[in-house]
Amino acid sequence: MDLKLKALTKSLWVFHAACSPCNNCDIEILDLLTPRYDVERFGIALVGSVRHADVLLVTGVPNYKTKEILKTLYSQAPQPCLVVAVGNCACGRMMFKDSYNSPCAVDELVPVSAYIPGCPPKPEAMIAGVVKLIQKVRGKK
Amino acid sequence: MRTLFNYLIFPGFLFSACVGLIACWIDRKVTARIQWRVGPPWYQNFVDIVKLLGKETIVPAGAKITFLLSPVLGLLSTILVATILGVTVRLPLESFIGDLIVVLYLLIIPAISIIIGAFSSRNPLASIGASREMKLVLGYELPFILAITVIIIKSAGSIQIGSILNHQINFGSNLASFSGMLAFLVAIICMQAKLGFAPFDMSESEQEIMGGVFIEYSGLPLAIFKLTKAILLYTMPLLLIILFWAKNLTILASIGKYIAILVIIILIKNTNPRLRIDQAIRFFWGPVTSLAIIAIALALFGL
Ligand code: SF4
Repeated sequence: MDLKLKALTKSLWVFHAACSPCNNCDIEILDLLTPRYDVERFGIALVGSVRHADVLLVTGVPNYKTKEILKTLYSQAPQPCLVVAVGNCACGRMMFKDSYNSPCAVDELVPVSAYIPGCPPKPEAMIAGVVKLIQKVRGKK
Repeated sequence: MRTLFNYLIFPGFLFSACVGLIACWIDRKVTARIQWRVGPPWYQNFVDIVKLLGKETIVPAGAKITFLLSPVLGLLSTILVATILGVTVRLPLESFIGDLIVVLYLLIIPAISIIIGAFSSRNPLASIGASREMKLVLGYELPFILAITVIIIKSAGSIQIGSILNHQINFGSNLASFSGMLAFLVAIICMQAKLGFAPFDMSESEQEIMGGVFIEYSGLPLAIFKLTKAILLYTMPLLLIILFWAKNLTILASIGKYIAILVIIILIKNTNPRLRIDQAIRFFWGPVTSLAIIAIALALFGL
């Protein structure tokens, strides 16, 4: 396996893109950084700018406004950039599927590499999702 | 040939980068322990740099050539400081007259390169960060230079790092006097601002202006900036040790002193909230500068 991918999987910097979620998912994501779960052990850190990001963490159902913003964000991120959809909303729009304000799902806008279902998903589920994502990235090579 | 070796390998780039990255790890680890977390493994910062080298470098539309040049400028000057200091510690007689002034100038260049890079990225948030950084430089340079003046007075007007070292070896550390202690306090506070650590990290505050000065940087230039910061984290404490605390510079003693200063920095960083820029400047030009002036007065009286 080449060095680039190995380094990538050992140091995932996460940019948190909230596409109009109900905020529960975001609270659960922040739980990952607390002493109880502490994902910094694996080199995962939250960054402020999308230019530094390796992972785009998307929560919520895109609406007409955030749809464009999410597309721009993805195009601004340096490649290789992975996208993770957190929560039922981001995975498949759930009960907002027929809403007047929900034009499309996240994976119709950007290529999603991992789906983490749950409403909101438990921090353990998110860690399991990230582990699967890392295995996927490594397995590809 | 030897100069090149000094610059690129031993006290210069390779060595200082490794020490700096490990110091960054100590910073992250101690921070994590203070917050009751486990913290990253020791090679984390090396992995981060390698990863950033493998990422795409994005140059924003309309950015000038200085966008890519300024990180290199900052890195080169920091390496030069690390080399000068490293060589001086090993062979104090090899230093040249006035190298203290050269080091002072070279230590401002990383801040200037950050400012130039941020302004040439044409991002409004980066501009805010750069203007904060600029004001911060104006704020801390005055007390920092005053604190160093104390050292110059105490070592009989010498502006040569080697002879300052020898003076301390003969007559005891500068830290052992009242004026030296005050100046050391001032220098530590200024170092905190030079390194861009809390409470003076308003130029790259992640929460309000999303990384501020570094917002548009990705890939290679970001890695160079991270490396520059890491090397600064090695050189600044080393400079303070040489100027204030150089009575006994065996390898073990220097490592102990270095770690002591590092832990002081980390504790200040973790127990203080970020100041607003106007508060920071008032702090530097008010209490800190007065402390430095008192230290100079004491030094003139020979205390
Ligand atoms: S998945 Fe559930 S918790 Fe998450 S944003 Fe949607 S409704 Fe909220």
